Amino acid sequence: MKKKPLAQNAALVSVLASILSIVIGLLIGFVVLLLVNPGAAAEGMAAMLGTGFSSLDKFGKVLYQTAPLLLCGLSVGFAFKTGLFNIGASGQFTMGAFFALYAAIVLQLPWWACLIFSMVGGAIWGIFPGLFKAFFNVNEVITSIMFNWIGMYLVNILCANTPKILASAWGATNSDRTAAIADANAGALIPSGPMKAVFGDSSWINISIFIAILAAIVIWFILEKTTFGYELKACGNNKEASRYAGINANRNVVISMVIAGALSGLGGGIYFLAGTIQYVLVKSILGMGFNGIPAALLASSNPIGTIFSSLFISYLQVGGASMQPNFSSESTDIIVSVIIYLAAFALLMRQLIVKVLTKRKDKEAKV
Amino acid sequence: MAEDYVIEMLHITKEFPGIKANDDVTLQLRRGEIHALLGENGAGKSTLMSVLFGLYTPEKGVIKKDGREVKVSDPNEANRLGIGMVHQHFKLVECFSVLDNIILGVEETKHGILQYEEARKKVMALSEKYRLKVDPDALVENITVGMQQRVEILKMLYRDNEVLIFDEPTAVLTPQEIDELMEIMRNFRKEGKSILFITHKMAEILAVADRCTILRKGRGIGTVDVAGQTPESLSRLMVGRDVKLKVEKKPSVPGETVLEVRDMVVPSRSHNNNAVKGVSFNVRRGEIVCIAGIDGNGQTELVYGLAGLEKITRGTVRLCGTDMTNLPVRARSKLGMSHIPEDRHKHGLVLDYSLEQNLVLQRYWQPDFQRSGVIRKDAVRTYAERLIGAYDIRSGQGPVTVVRSMSGGNQQKAIIAREIDKQPELLIAVQPTRGLDVGAIASVHQELVAQRDAGKAVLLVSLELEEVMNLPDRILVMYEGEIVGEFDPAKTNVQELGIYMAGAGAKIAGSPRLDKFVDKVLDKREKRKEAGRK
Repeated sequence: MKKKPLAQNAALVSVLASILSIVIGLLIGFVVLLLVNPGAAAEGMAAMLGTGFSSLDKFGKVLYQTAPLLLCGLSVGFAFKTGLFNIGASGQFTMGAFFALYAAIVLQLPWWACLIFSMVGGAIWGIFPGLFKAFFNVNEVITSIMFNWIGMYLVNILCANTPKILASAWGATNSDRTAAIADANAGALIPSGPMKAVFGDSSWINISIFIAILAAIVIWFILEKTTFGYELKACGNNKEASRYAGINANRNVVISMVIAGALSGLGGGIYFLAGTIQYVLVKSILGMGFNGIPAALLASSNPIGTIFSSLFISYLQVGGASMQPNFSSESTDIIVSVIIYLAAFALLMRQLIVKVLTKRKDKEAKV
Repeated sequence: MAEDYVIEMLHITKEFPGIKANDDVTLQLRRGEIHALLGENGAGKSTLMSVLFGLYTPEKGVIKKDGREVKVSDPNEANRLGIGMVHQHFKLVECFSVLDNIILGVEETKHGILQYEEARKKVMALSEKYRLKVDPDALVENITVGMQQRVEILKMLYRDNEVLIFDEPTAVLTPQEIDELMEIMRNFRKEGKSILFITHKMAEILAVADRCTILRKGRGIGTVDVAGQTPESLSRLMVGRDVKLKVEKKPSVPGETVLEVRDMVVPSRSHNNNAVKGVSFNVRRGEIVCIAGIDGNGQTELVYGLAGLEKITRGTVRLCGTDMTNLPVRARSKLGMSHIPEDRHKHGLVLDYSLEQNLVLQRYWQPDFQRSGVIRKDAVRTYAERLIGAYDIRSGQGPVTVVRSMSGGNQQKAIIAREIDKQPELLIAVQPTRGLDVGAIASVHQELVAQRDAGKAVLLVSLELEEVMNLPDRILVMYEGEIVGEFDPAKTNVQELGIYMAGAGAKIAGSPRLDKFVDKVLDKREKRKEAGRK
C-alpha cells in the first residue's frame, strides 16, 4: 500500500501550521516579557499560559469573556463573508448594551426580553452603514467608524438623561455608571442554569457561552446551507456576477449589516447582563467590538472557527490580566497582541511546512 | 550540430489535485521562430506556459535557456531571463492608468520620484512602432478588452523581453486586430524575438507559425512543421479524430417575435456620449440573429441594456409581448431570458464558488433546489453531475472543483450549460465560443442551432467573422452604437461586412482614405485565407 505523502495531508498540515505559529508567537511574546521585566518573565509567562486553567473560577472568566467576543467575531466575520468590513461592531455592541440595560433597569423586563432588545439596538446601529453603502455607495468602513463614536456619545447622553438607569437611583451614590443589575432587577441577570453545578458560585459563569455558540451554529447554517447565505456569499465574492444572476445586492448589503449589528448588539447585552460589570459613562469606545476583528480573521471568518479563536484570545486575556502587577496592563496587551498576530501567520506557515516536506522528499528520492 | 534553441522545456510534469495537467511534455523553441502550442481546452497548454513563466513549479522536468539549465521560480525571474507573457485573462490593475500598468514593476525613479515622462516617451514610441494604439492616460477598467491586450503586449515590449508568450491572444480581437497582431508577430520574428503562441485557431497557426507542438490531455503528441499542414490535419492531431469545421443547419423557419427592441438608448460608462443610440430590431422564434461589429461599438452596452444590468434611458424592450424595459434582472430571467455574458469572470461566474454552486447560479431559488430557504444539496449535486456529463465539463474534482482552478474553456462550457439548460425563450449569447477549441466550438454551435430548431430565439453577439458568416440566419452590423446594416449571410460576404463594420456604410462610402484602409484590411484577410489554404 502506498502511504499518502505528509505534505498532501491538508488537515494535518493545517493543524501543524497553527500549532507552530502559536509556539513561535509565544516565544516572541517571551522575548518581549524579557525586555520589559527580565526578573519576572518566566513567572509572567507561566501566569499567562496557566491562569485560564488554574481554577474553575478563572476558567469561568474565560468563558464569560469568550461569549461577547465570539458574538462580535461572528458579527465581523459574517459581514466579511458578504464582502463588507464591519468595523462598527463596537458601536453596535454599545448600542446593544444600552438597549439591554434600558429594558432591564427602566422597563424591568426579564433577561431574555432584554437580550431581544439588545439585538434590536445593535441591528438599528448596523442598518445605517448598510443603507449608506447600498444606496449612496458610501464606504461602510467610514460610516461604521463614525457610528462607533456617535453610538458611544449618544448612549452616554441617553444614560445621563435617564436618571432611573443610573446607579444613583438604586441606592448607590455614583451617577457615572448604570445601576447594578442585581439591585435593579435580579430577573434580568442571565441565569447560570446547569453551569452552576460545575462552576459552583463563580460570579462569572452563566449560560451566555451557550447563547454565543448557538449563534455561531445558526450563522454557520445560514451561510452554508441556505439560499440566503448563498446569495450573501455570492455578493461578497463577486458583486457583478450576483447582479447578473438577479440577486438584489443592495438589499443583501442592508440585511447583512442588520444581522451583523444584531450579533454585536447581543454581545453587548450578554456582557452587561452578567451582573459583574456596570456601564461607565466615559469617553472611550469599548474594545470588545474591535477585538472581534482578530477573532474573525484568525478563523478566516468561519463561524465555527470563531468559537475557538475567541476562546483562544479570551484565554490569553485572562492570563494577561493575572500578570499584573509585575507587568502593566499595556505591556500584557502588547504580548497578547504579538501572540495573536503570529497566530495569523498560520497560512504562511502552512506553505513553509509543505515546502520543507517536499524538499526532503526530493532529497530522499535523489539518494 | 545542436539546434539553436532559446528555450527548452524537457519532460515537464505538473500535477494538480486530481489531474495531471502536464505529463512528460517536451517543447523546444528555436531562436527567432513562431512556435504554436495547440491543444483542446484543458489539454495543459496554459499550465505549461505558466510553468515557463514561473507561476507554477513543475514536479519533474528541466527548463533550459540558451542551453543552460535555469530555475524559473517566479515571474520576476522569468522577466530577468527575458521571458514575457500575455495571459489569456489579463493581469492588469483595473484602477490604474494604461501607463501605470505598463511600467508597474519596472518603474524608473529618480530620488524616489517616478519618471513618468521618459516612460511615456518609451511607451508611445513602442506604441507607434508596432501600431499598438493605446491611450496612456485611460483607466484600464474603462477600456475595451482589445485595448487591454495591447497594454499587455506593450508591457512585454517595455521590458525588452526576447521570448514572448501569447496565451490565446486572438480570442478577444476583431478580425482587423487579428491581422495586425499577426503582422506584429512577424515583425517580432524579424527582429529575432522568439514567440510561443497558444491558440485553437488553425488559420492563425497556418498563417504565422513555423512549427507547432500539440498537446492532448496533458501529454505531448509531438512537434510538426506547419508547412504542409491543413486545418483538417491539425484538428485531427489535436483532438485525435476528424472534426467537422462547418456548422450544419437546415434553413431557419422563423415564427412569432420573441424579442422586440424599439429605439433603445443606453448611456456609456466610459464617455459622455450614449453607447447605444436608438437601436431597433426584432428576434423571432427559430432564428439566430447576430450582432456583428468591431469590439467597442456598443454591443456590450446593448446586451447590458437587454439583460437589465444597465438602465436604458430611452426606448422599450419587450420579451414575448411583455414590456420588460424596467424589470430587474431576476424578473427578466423568469420571463425566459438566458444570457451567456461576454466576460465570464466579471459576470458569468463566482470564481471562488464550486462548479456545482455556479451551475445553479440562475436557479438556486427554484423549488427544485431549495426547500423553505435551505439549499437541497443532493438535488444540486445530481443536477450538476448531469450537466457535467451532458456538456463534457472537465475539471479536477468534479462538482466540488473550485471554478477558479478550471481551464478557461471549461469555465465557458459551464456557463453555456447553465444558460441553455434553463430552457429560455430568448438566449443571448455574447462571444459564446471565446477561448474554446474547435471541437468545443462545433458543439456550442450545434447547441445554438438546436435551440433555434426547438423554436427558441437566439441573439448572438460575435466579433469573429468566421462565426458571423457561418452560424446566424440574419446579421445586423453595429457601428458606433447604431445598427448600420442588415444582411442575409447567404447573400453577403466577408468583404461587404468588413466595410460596414469599419463604418464605411452607405453614408461615408467614397471617402478615399477609408477606402484605402478597407482595401488594406481586406487584402490582408485574403492573404491569410490563402496561407490557410496552403
